[in-house]
Amino acid sequence: MSVAEAPAARAVVRGSSSGARLREILFPAALLLCIGFAMLTLVVLLVDVAVDGIPVLSGEFITGFPSQIFPERSGIQSALVGTLLLMAVCAVFIVPVGTATAIYLEEYADNNRWWNRLIEVNIQNLAAVPSIVYGILGLAFLVRGPLELGRVVLAGALTLGLLVLPVVIIVGREAIRAVPSSIREGSMALGATQWQTIWKQVLPGALPGIATGVILALSRAIGETAPLIVVGAASFARFNPNDLTSDPFSALPIQILAWVQDPQDEFRALAAGAILVLLFLLLLMNAGAIYLRNRFEQKW
Amino acid sequence: MKQVTERPESSSEARSAAGAGPGPAGTQAHNGRTTGPGTAPAATGAATTKPSVDTPPVFEIEKLTVRYGGKLAVHDVSFDITEKRITALIGASGCGKSTFIRSLNRMNDLIPSATVEGSVRYHGQNLYASEVDAVQVRKRIGMVFQKPNPFPKSIYDNIAFGPRVLGMDGNMDEMVERALRRGALWDEVKDRLKTNAFGMSGGQQQRLCIARALATDPDVLLMDEPASALDPISTGHIEDLMFELKERYSIVIVTHNMQQAARVSDMTAFFTVVVDEASGHRHGEVVEYDETEKVFTNPSDERTEAYVTGRVG
Amino acid sequence: MEASSTAAAGGPRPNLSRGRTPRSVGESIIKALLFVAALISIATTVGIVVSLLAETIEFFSQVGILEYLLGTKWTPLAGGDQKSFGVLPLISGTLYLTALGLIVAVPLGLGSAIYLAEYASPRARRIIKPVLELLAGIPTIVLGYFALTFITPVVLQGIFGIEVLIFNALSAGLALGVLILPVVATLADDALRSVPSSLREGAFGLGASKPQVVLRVVFPAALSGIVAALVLAASRAIGETVIVLVAGGASANLGIDPRESFQNMAAFIAQTARGDIAAQSVEFLTIFAVGTTLFVMTLILNAISIRFVRRFQQVYE
Repeated sequence: MSVAEAPAARAVVRGSSSGARLREILFPAALLLCIGFAMLTLVVLLVDVAVDGIPVLSGEFITGFPSQIFPERSGIQSALVGTLLLMAVCAVFIVPVGTATAIYLEEYADNNRWWNRLIEVNIQNLAAVPSIVYGILGLAFLVRGPLELGRVVLAGALTLGLLVLPVVIIVGREAIRAVPSSIREGSMALGATQWQTIWKQVLPGALPGIATGVILALSRAIGETAPLIVVGAASFARFNPNDLTSDPFSALPIQILAWVQDPQDEFRALAAGAILVLLFLLLLMNAGAIYLRNRFEQKW
Repeated sequence: MKQVTERPESSSEARSAAGAGPGPAGTQAHNGRTTGPGTAPAATGAATTKPSVDTPPVFEIEKLTVRYGGKLAVHDVSFDITEKRITALIGASGCGKSTFIRSLNRMNDLIPSATVEGSVRYHGQNLYASEVDAVQVRKRIGMVFQKPNPFPKSIYDNIAFGPRVLGMDGNMDEMVERALRRGALWDEVKDRLKTNAFGMSGGQQQRLCIARALATDPDVLLMDEPASALDPISTGHIEDLMFELKERYSIVIVTHNMQQAARVSDMTAFFTVVVDEASGHRHGEVVEYDETEKVFTNPSDERTEAYVTGRVG
Repeated sequence: MEASSTAAAGGPRPNLSRGRTPRSVGESIIKALLFVAALISIATTVGIVVSLLAETIEFFSQVGILEYLLGTKWTPLAGGDQKSFGVLPLISGTLYLTALGLIVAVPLGLGSAIYLAEYASPRARRIIKPVLELLAGIPTIVLGYFALTFITPVVLQGIFGIEVLIFNALSAGLALGVLILPVVATLADDALRSVPSSLREGAFGLGASKPQVVLRVVFPAALSGIVAALVLAASRAIGETVIVLVAGGASANLGIDPRESFQNMAAFIAQTARGDIAAQSVEFLTIFAVGTTLFVMTLILNAISIRFVRRFQQVYE
C-alpha cells in the first residue's frame, strides 16, 4: 500500500489496509492470550498441588489423625469425617428449605406484594454477602446466643447451609421455571389441586435441576474455610465427633489452613495432600452433577 | 379493521333486527336459541343437529366479563350452552374465545391478574360463587388444550393421574382401558402402556390428552383449538371422536377452522374483536349465537356473515 | 369426601362447594409452610444485622467512633499503650488488595469474555466455559496455598526476582485476581452475549472491522452489564478471607508497597476469632465492628451492582 495514496481513498479501503488487517489478527490473539493465561494458571496450580501432595498420600494419611509434632504420622481422618458430616447435615438443611423457598417464589408468590419482592431482593443480596460475615452470624446465633449449640458440627453445618442457601434457591427457581406451564394447566384441568400439581408434576420435572443446584451449593460449602474459623472448628482434632451436637469437630479446609500456616515444609506437604483429597471430593460432586444433568434432564 | 371500528352502531342494529328488544346480548342469544326450534320443523330431517327444547342447559352464562390486569378481554357475554351437544366458539384471533372457554372451568384462576364479573351457572350453580371450589369445578369440567400437553410419564400414568389425584375408587387398569377406549386410542397403545407418552405422534398425544380428561368421568369437555397443531388425518380422528363423545358429554370447542365448526358442531357462537377507539385496546364480544346451520347459512348479523363467508378473517 | 361421592357425571346439581374439606385446609397449610421457608432468608439477613449491630454498639461504648473511623493505627491485640483502634489501615489494606486483584482480573477476565462471546466457536466455548467454571470452583484455601507456596517463592522471588516478604500484598493480590477472573469472565460474557446481533450486523454493514465492532459497538452496548460484573467481582475480593490470611500476612498496613505484608478486614476477623481471646473483651468485639464495616461496604457494592444489572436489563430484555 503506497504512502502517496489520497487520505480519502485510504479511508474507503481502511478495512483492508495492512494495519487494520494486522489488528484483525492481533486483537483476537491478545484475547486468546487472556484465556490461555487463565487455563495455564489452573494447570500450574493443579500440577503444583499434585507434585507437593502426591508423596504424602497413603492409607495412613487418610486414616490417621493430625499431629502437631510428627508430620509423618499425621492424617486427615477427623477432618475428612468432619467435612462429610458437615456436608450431610448441610444437605439435610438446604434441600427442603431451598426447594420450598424456590417453590414458594415460583408457584405461589404474587409479585405485586412488597414482601415477596423483598424476599427476592434479599436473596440476591445474601448471595453476595462475604462468607466471613456468615461466620459471625453462626457464632452469634448458633454457637452462642439463642441456640447455644456450641462449637459443634450442627452449628457449622447450619452456618454453611445459610451461606449456600441462595445458590439452591436461585438454581431451583430456574429448574421450576423450566417446567412448561402447559404441564401445570393440564394437571389443574384434571381437578388436581395446586399442591398436587406441584408435587406430582412440577417437582419431578424440576428435580434434576434442583439436584444440580444442591450439588453446586455443596461444592461451594465443602471448600469454605472462613465461616468455620469463626464458628470455631478445631484445627487439630485428635478424634472424630461422636455426634452432631456435643463434640468439637474439624474439617478439611480448616486442617489445610492449619498445615499451610505451619512454617515446616513437611506440614505444607500434608496441606497439599489434604487439598488433593478435597479436590477429589469436589470432582466427584461435579461428576455427579454432570451425570444427573445428562441422564435425567427432561427435554420439553 | 373498518368493520370492527363500526361495531357499536351495528351492534345495536343487530339487536333491533333480532327483535329482542333493549335487553343485553344474552336475551338476544336466548331468543336465538328458542326461535331456532321454531324454524326447525320447516327444515325437517336435520333434527339430530338441532337442540331440542327439552334439552336443559349445562351452562347459563350471564353478563360474563373477563379482565386481565384491569384490561378488558371478554365483555358482556350471555348465552346458554346445551347439554350433550357440541358448541363451537368461532371468531378471529384475539377475540377472547380462549379466555371465554377458560372461564367455564375457572382455568383463568391460574392467571393472578385475571378478574371475572357476571356469572356462569353450571347446572344452575354459579361457578364464581364464593363457596365454590375451583378444583371441584375442574374435575367435572375437563379441558383439552391447543398444544398436546402429555405429562412426561408413561401413557398409563398419564391417564391414571386424574383418577389418582381425585382419589377415585375402582380398578385402575379398567379405568385406564375405558378412558383409552373412549379416546379411540386403546388399540394403538394397548401394548405399550408403560412407554413414555412423549414417544407418541402429535395426534396420538392429543387423543391421549382427551382420554386423560375423560378418565375422571367429567360431564363437560372443553376443547381449546384441539386440532390446530395437528395434521389433517389426526384432525379427522379427533373430529370423529367428538361425534362419539357427544353421546355422553357436553362439548365446547374453540376453533379457528370454520369448516371444522360447521362439520362438528350443533351450536355456534361467533365472537368478534372490538377496538376501543380511545385506547386502541382490543377485546372480544359475542355477536351471534345460534344453531350452527343457521350461523353458517343464514346469519342474522352482518359481521358473522362477513366472517363465515370469508370476507373478513 | 362428600364432594367426590357426588362426582357422578351429569348430576342435576353437583356439589361444588369448598367447605372446610381436609384437602383445602391442607393446601393452605402447605402454602404457609413454604412461606415460612422463604422467610428463613429474611431471618438470615435480620440475624446478620442483629448479630453485627448488637456487639458493634457494645464496641463503640468502649472505643470512640471517630477514633475507630479516622485512626491510622490498627493494633487492637497489642498490649498496653500500643493498643489502637484506627480501622483505616484495614480498610485501605482491603481496598489495596482488591485493587491488585482487579488489575489482574479485569483485563484478563474481559479479554476472556470478549473472546468467548465474539470469537470462540461453539466447540471452543464448550471447552473454555467448563475450564472457567473449574477455576471458579477452586476453594480459596487452595488459592491461598498456591499463593504462599508457588506465587511468592517461585514466581515473584524466583522468576521475577522481586524481593518480597514471605507474606506480601502482591502474592495475595495475584491470587485474588485468579479468584475473581472467572467471575468477571463469566458475567461479562453473559452481558456481551445479550447484546442483540442486529447491532453487530448494523456495524458490519457500515464496513467496520471486527475489532472495531467489538470495541466500539458491542462493548459500549454491554457496558452497564460489564460494570455490574466488575462491581460484583470487587465485592468478592473485598470479602475474601483465606487467601489474604494465608498469603497476605497479619499486619494492618496503611502503606502502598506491594512487597510488604498487608491484611484485610475479613482476614483480621478470622485471625482474631481463632485467637485465644476472652469473649466480650474489647479485642473480641473488634470482630463485630470490623464485620459491620465489611458488611456495609459489600452491601453498598451489591446495591450498585444490582442497579447496573437493572439498567442493563431494561435496555435489552
